[in-house]
Amino acid sequence: MPVYNIIQAVNDALRIEMRKNPNIVILGEDVGNFGGVFRATSGLQEEFGKDRVMDTPLAEAGIIGSAIGMALYGLRPVAEIQFSDFIYPAFDQIVNELAKFRYRSGGEYPAPMVIRTPYGGGIRGGHYHSQSPEAYFAHTPGLKIVIPSNPYDAKGLLLSAMREEDPILFMEPKRVYRASRGEVPEGEYTIPIGQAKIVRPGKGVTVLCYGSMVHSVLDAVDKQGAAEFDPEIVDLRTIVPFDGEAILESVRKTGRVVIVYEAPKTCGFGAELSAFIAEKALLHLEAPIARVAGLDTPFPYTLELEYLPSPERIAKAIAETARY
Amino acid sequence: MRGIGSIEGCAPSIEHFVPQQYLAPDGSFDAARVAALGIPRELLMKLYRGMLLIRIIDERMLTLQRQGRISFYGEARGQEAAVVGTAAALGKSDYVLPALREAGAALYRGLPLRTYISQIYGNENDLTKGRQMPCHPGSRDARYVTMSSCIATQLPHAVGMAMAAKLRHDPVVIAGYMGDGATSEGDFHVALNFAAVYRAPVVLVCQNNQWAISTPVAGQTASPTIAHKALGYGIPALRVDGNDVLACYAAMRDAVAFARAGGGPIFLEALTYRVSAHSTSDDPSRYRDESVTAVWKSERDPLCRFRHFLRVIGALSDGVDSALHEAIEAEIKSAVVAEEAARPPALATLIEDVFATPTEALREQLAEVAAALPAHPHS
Ligand SMILES: Cc1ncc(C[n+]2csc(CCOP(=O)(O)OP(=O)(O)O)c2C)c(N)n1
Ligand SMILES: [Mg+2]
Repeated sequence: MPVYNIIQAVNDALRIEMRKNPNIVILGEDVGNFGGVFRATSGLQEEFGKDRVMDTPLAEAGIIGSAIGMALYGLRPVAEIQFSDFIYPAFDQIVNELAKFRYRSGGEYPAPMVIRTPYGGGIRGGHYHSQSPEAYFAHTPGLKIVIPSNPYDAKGLLLSAMREEDPILFMEPKRVYRASRGEVPEGEYTIPIGQAKIVRPGKGVTVLCYGSMVHSVLDAVDKQGAAEFDPEIVDLRTIVPFDGEAILESVRKTGRVVIVYEAPKTCGFGAELSAFIAEKALLHLEAPIARVAGLDTPFPYTLELEYLPSPERIAKAIAETARY
Repeated sequence: MRGIGSIEGCAPSIEHFVPQQYLAPDGSFDAARVAALGIPRELLMKLYRGMLLIRIIDERMLTLQRQGRISFYGEARGQEAAVVGTAAALGKSDYVLPALREAGAALYRGLPLRTYISQIYGNENDLTKGRQMPCHPGSRDARYVTMSSCIATQLPHAVGMAMAAKLRHDPVVIAGYMGDGATSEGDFHVALNFAAVYRAPVVLVCQNNQWAISTPVAGQTASPTIAHKALGYGIPALRVDGNDVLACYAAMRDAVAFARAGGGPIFLEALTYRVSAHSTSDDPSRYRDESVTAVWKSERDPLCRFRHFLRVIGALSDGVDSALHEAIEAEIKSAVVAEEAARPPALATLIEDVFATPTEALREQLAEVAAALPAHPHS
C-alpha cells in the first residue's frame, strides 16, 4: 500500500474522481499550471486540460461565485481557496448564496460543490496564513464542514465530499500537510461524512478534537504524560454534521471531557460541543467540561506556539479534568 | 474623462497608452528631455541610494532566510525604480498604503533600517510587536500604513483616507499601491469607483510586475492594459516604464500634483517584472520560462540602467558608488547583529492591542498559557 502525506492523498482523490466523473472541475488561484501553492492539484491540469483545471484571476468572490454558477448548471466544482485566511472576500457568496440556494429555491436549485482550503497555524504564517475560521461557517445553515487529520481520512472523505448532494467546506490542516503520513489504499474508498473516529480508546477522559489538533492531542498523550489518565481521543473528522452519538457514547463512559481546537476560544466550535454535551449528558459528567483553544486574539507571529493549544497545555487540562 | 486634458502624458485615448520613458533599457537618453524634468542632482543621488538600499537588503535577507535565520522573505528585486521613483514624489505629510513590495518606500520615507529589520525578526524591538510575518512593516512616523497580507484590501482604505483628507481640506495626497493581481479583487473595483465618485485625492499605483505567483497578467485580465480599467471608472491614467526611475518619478510627481490640486484620483501603471520568486516559499521555474526573466534581470535591470545614467552625467564615480555600497552593507550588518540578539516580544504582548485595554477573559487566557509554560522557550 502506498504511503502518502495529506497533500498526496488529496491529489489522489481528485484524480480518481476526475477520471470517473466528467462533471468535476477544479478552479482556484495557481491550481493549474503550477499545481497549487501546496501542490495539491499537481499534474491535474496536465491530465485533464485547462477546461477542467482552471487557473482563475485573483478573486475569491469570483472563484466561489462562478463555482456556484457551474454547480447550478450541473457541474461539480471543486474550488480551492489558497489559504482559508483569504476566504473572506467570498464570504457573501458562501454564506448568502451557496449555503442558501437549495433552501431559497425550495430544492429547485441545489448547488453541490466542494471548497477545499488549507487552514490553521504553526507554520510561522502570522495573522493571514494561520487562521481557523470553521466556526463562522458552522454557524451558517446549509454548509457541511469536513476537517480530516491524516492522509487516509483525507482521501476517503474528499471522495465522499465530491459525491455529496450538499456544499462542503473541506478544511485541510496545513501544519501537518506533509508531516502526517500513512498508508493509503490505492483506488476508490469512501469515509462517510458525519462519522467520528476513535483514535485511541480509553476510559478516563474523552478528548474531542479535529484536524491538526489531533496531532497535538496525541503528543500530549504520548509525550507529555497524559496517557496515565487513560484518555479516549475522538477525532470528529466532520464538524457539521458532527457525530453526536459517538461523542455521547464516549462521554457516558468517561464522564469527563476536554475539547481541543485552535481557533479563538470564544464561540469556537468547542463551545457548541460543550453545549451539546451539557444538554444531552449533564448527569453523566463528573467534572466541568474543559476547553483548550487558541486565545481570543488575532493569530500572532512570533508567539504562535504560545497561542496554539500546546501538548503541555492539553496535557494539563486532561490531568486537571481527570483529577477533578 | 474627467481631468484628462489637464495633465501631460495622461492618456487622451487608449491608443496612447505607450509607457512613458526617459532612460531606454540600453542606457541611452535624450539629455534635453531629462534636463527638462529639472531633477536636482541631490535628488538623483537620493533615488539611487534608495534603490541600492532595497537591492542590498533583499540580497542580505534572502541569505538569512536560506540560512534559516529568518522565516520568510519577499523581495522587490527588479522593482526598485517603481518603488523609489514613486515614493520620492510624495510629500512628508502624504500617506502610503502599500501592497507587498513597497518596503523600500517606507525606508525612503524615513523608516529606520533597524525598525524594518526588527519587524523581520518579529522581536521585542518590533514596533508591531511580532504580530506579522516578515516584510509587513508599518509606522505612523513614516506615514506608511501597516500592511495586510490580504490582497487589495488596502485600496478602499487609501480612498477613505483621501476622502477624509479632502473633508478636512488638508493638502494631503494618499498613495495606494497594488500589484497586477490585486486588480482582479472586488476591493480594487470598489476603491476605484469610490475614488472617482468622491473625487478623492488618491494616487493609485499599480506595480504591474506581470505575475501574481504563477498567474501571468494575461490570466488576470483581458483588458489591454491595467490602466484601461481606471478609464472605465472615469479616472485618468498614466503608464510608465517601471524600470526607468526617472519616468516613475516624473509621472508620480505629475499625478501627485494633479491630486493635490483637486483634480481627483489618478491611476499610475508602472510596467515592470517580478524577476525573483514570488517569495522564499516559491519556485518560479515550475511555471514560467526563466529565460525571459533573465532578460529582465540583466538587460532591463532598473538599477544598472540608472547607475549607467548617473555615470554618464558624471554624478557617480566608482569611488562614490563603492563607498555607498559599503556604507549600506555596514548599516545592514550592524542592524542584523543587533536585531538577531534581541529577545522575542514579552508573553504579555500576546493579548495587547486586541482592544485598547485587555478584557478579563484575555487576561485569564494569558494566565492559562503562562501556567502551562514551565520551560517557556522564550523566557
Ligand atoms: C485575498 C488574497 N487572496 C490570495 C492571496 C495569496 N496571494 C498572496 S500574493 C498573491 C499574488 C499577488 O499578485 P500581485 O497582486 O500581482 O502582487 P505581486 O506578488 O506580483 O507583487 C496571492 C494570490 C492573498 N494574499 N490574499
Ligand atoms: Mg504582480
